[in-house]
Amino acid sequence: MEMPVPDPAILARKARVVERLREVLPRDAVIDDPMETRAYECDALTAYRCPPMVAVLPSTTAEVSDVLRICHEIGVPVVPRGSGTSLAGGALPTADCVILGVARMNEVLETDYDNRCVRVQTGRTNLSVTGAVESDGFFYAPDPSSQLACAIAGNIAMNSGGAHCLKYGVTTNNLMGVTLVQMDGTVVEIGGAHLDSGGLDLLGLICGSEGQLGVVTEATLRILHKPEGARPVLMGFDSAEIAGACVGDIIKAGVLPVAIEFMDRMLIEVCEDFAKADYPLCEALLIVEVEGSEAEINDQLALITEIAKRHNPVALRESASAEESARIWAGRKAAFSAIGRVSDYMCLDGTIPVSELPYVLRRIGEMSKEYGLPVGNVFHAGDGNMHPLICYDANKPGDLEICEEFGAEVLKLCVEVGGCLTGEHGVGIEKRDLMTHQYAPNDLEAQMVIKDVFDAKWLLNPAKVFPLAVSEARRGTAIAAE
Amino acid sequence: MTTLKTESDVAEAVLAAKGPLAVRGGGTRSVGRPVVGDVLDVSGLSGVTLYEPGALTIVAQAGTPVTEIEMTLAKENQRLAFEPYDLKGLLGTKGKSTIGGVIATNASGPRRIQAGAARDFALGVRFVDGAGNIIKNGGRVMKNVTGYDLVKLMAGSWGTLGVLTEVSLKVLPAVEATTTLVITDRDPGQAVAAMSAALGSPFEVSGAAWIDGAVWLRLEGFASSVDYRAKALGDLLIRHGDITHDDGADWGRVRDGAPMTASSTVWRISVKPSDGPAVIAALPEGSQAMMDWGGGLVWAGCDTADAATHAAVQSRVAALGGHATLIKAPEALRAAVPVFQPEAAGVAALSAALRARFDPRGILNPGLMAA
Repeated sequence: MEMPVPDPAILARKARVVERLREVLPRDAVIDDPMETRAYECDALTAYRCPPMVAVLPSTTAEVSDVLRICHEIGVPVVPRGSGTSLAGGALPTADCVILGVARMNEVLETDYDNRCVRVQTGRTNLSVTGAVESDGFFYAPDPSSQLACAIAGNIAMNSGGAHCLKYGVTTNNLMGVTLVQMDGTVVEIGGAHLDSGGLDLLGLICGSEGQLGVVTEATLRILHKPEGARPVLMGFDSAEIAGACVGDIIKAGVLPVAIEFMDRMLIEVCEDFAKADYPLCEALLIVEVEGSEAEINDQLALITEIAKRHNPVALRESASAEESARIWAGRKAAFSAIGRVSDYMCLDGTIPVSELPYVLRRIGEMSKEYGLPVGNVFHAGDGNMHPLICYDANKPGDLEICEEFGAEVLKLCVEVGGCLTGEHGVGIEKRDLMTHQYAPNDLEAQMVIKDVFDAKWLLNPAKVFPLAVSEARRGTAIAAE
Repeated sequence: MTTLKTESDVAEAVLAAKGPLAVRGGGTRSVGRPVVGDVLDVSGLSGVTLYEPGALTIVAQAGTPVTEIEMTLAKENQRLAFEPYDLKGLLGTKGKSTIGGVIATNASGPRRIQAGAARDFALGVRFVDGAGNIIKNGGRVMKNVTGYDLVKLMAGSWGTLGVLTEVSLKVLPAVEATTTLVITDRDPGQAVAAMSAALGSPFEVSGAAWIDGAVWLRLEGFASSVDYRAKALGDLLIRHGDITHDDGADWGRVRDGAPMTASSTVWRISVKPSDGPAVIAALPEGSQAMMDWGGGLVWAGCDTADAATHAAVQSRVAALGGHATLIKAPEALRAAVPVFQPEAAGVAALSAALRARFDPRGILNPGLMAA
């Protein structure tokens, strides 16, 4: 994956940059020792690494503003970082950048049950937002698999989803307000504890902008009361086609499960080995979860299992206890780490119309043979968000390149059938160069114009989202202006 | 102007425009500062282009009447879950509300608090910007984070950034049963207390309004589930007054602000729910009010409003944090005041810069949202 050549003029001024940053930050919040900056050399897309020039760890919105103002003045690119769990390389540094980590900003600022929202600093992890309110019966709904580690800042930047967003929506549907620091240090408040915008929906624009429009330091998040109960049912089928047909029938019947997850044989085996959830070994497994009171759960599961039976399931089992439910989800949520134990892998994230699932799975299977790399499939079946996991050997020269080519072909296929390149992980560097397959030049120009408005010099996370050749003129101007 | 039938017709018309354009779908929303200019009528771009019930998605041209979409969905027992409001009754306008108008104005009804707003159900848009470029964003799948979310930006931009030509939407299954718990004779503070208790429960309240002095709490779903939750919610709210059940409550009245119809001036005010009563208390003498969204949406009407009263309402709302839109007023008043809540300087600067880039000649509904 190509990255812009570091600007030697910036590298030459490293000492001055560090000095300016130390004027506004505590000594331990500016990291410039090359041994220590290595800790920030990559995110969860570990195939790509590059230590930043400097890393800073501000503790307040004012400090973030100072850092950005200084970097803006002296023309240094800034790469914002939450917890570094991006699978798309969203937090990958360049050698001439300042990494701005929000990890020290992790407080809950306000809990408001009457208005069903919380105000948090964005370095707080996703799961600990729920942790702050669950003793009172509430939770924060978006649940990316990395929720134990990932920060709200990154969730907002990537508009993260999760297994349960079929019912509750993704980050953008649960985000009510932000404090945004712009690249020139300006702080703006957008949204709040009220709903919707009285003017243009800037909140909707910022969510999912991959840290390119500003740094979000505080967020107002919608919280919900937990359901009375929840229970998953496991369904095994002889083929992905049958499982796909079953999903369509469940949705058409008017039941809206909170989650419908799919795993193929390879993933069932590695997840079972990892989590001991007693998954049925078969070609296609669905985990369907419903919520409500005991009686409501029974009613919905009765309807769902009746539909499933029409598709000749090879296994059909409701969870019998809270412990079993936890194991079933632990296995699913650990899918990426479980496969990571047996192979290097690349995780894709394309979304397709649900009706195209059987065709796309068949094509992926054929491509797997053509490229000679095994593929496992795990995905959010209710909304068509696929996660093909392509296995490769990082120690075998050329294997990563073959894997990337294979991945690109799969994503192009997703676009071809009416879907998109990424459903919840973001573009980052990983899908950057495929953007021209989904969007025409006019479409990309309309997006880049927005970055011009928020960050005229293109200093914030500049090498992401847009193909380098497409954004070159804008990034070039920024560097030439120095 | 010749009738526009296709997206390229719209692009040509925008490109050829010599002055301001008043973008128009069904013409049911005479809201905002009046636009002086040629009418750009997109109602000729009409029809559902794709509907996949199993994928919960529908794609329609922007001028498609909402009623046509709702009928199409009803045949498959599905619906637009965000419950778009229709302002014909309130504003006394004719014509048919179009789906493009609904998305362009982010028009969401009572179910906004549970299911989400129009903007949350918009999956993709196609539009023509002020320079006549055809632009697409998003798509027709339910999860999509590919590039910036211009779908949200276009939703609620009232045609000031581009002219919508096509929208794709997420739809949801219709429900088997609906009931409304009613608690009569509540003042605004008591009403919000009851609604907060209901919305903070696990019983999935899909509407929480205060209308004609009564609290309405709506439950929807499978019949057995609605029965169960109606009982459980009733038990939870026992201290908030006597509860009756009404299976036929007319939520259309709440959705469309119908109780305000007789008022010459009407505001639609979004605040945090607990501030609803304070907004009502500060309204001009002789006003009437209704709350939706658990108190977070106040509809207020009065007959004596002038620029000063309007300024007072918006300044009260600004102090609380929120926004007040003058959704109905005589044209002279709309021309004289900021109809939409004035934004803080930093946000206003960003919005103005976005408009200048998407509509460099300033011809798309100029001044409608902000002067």
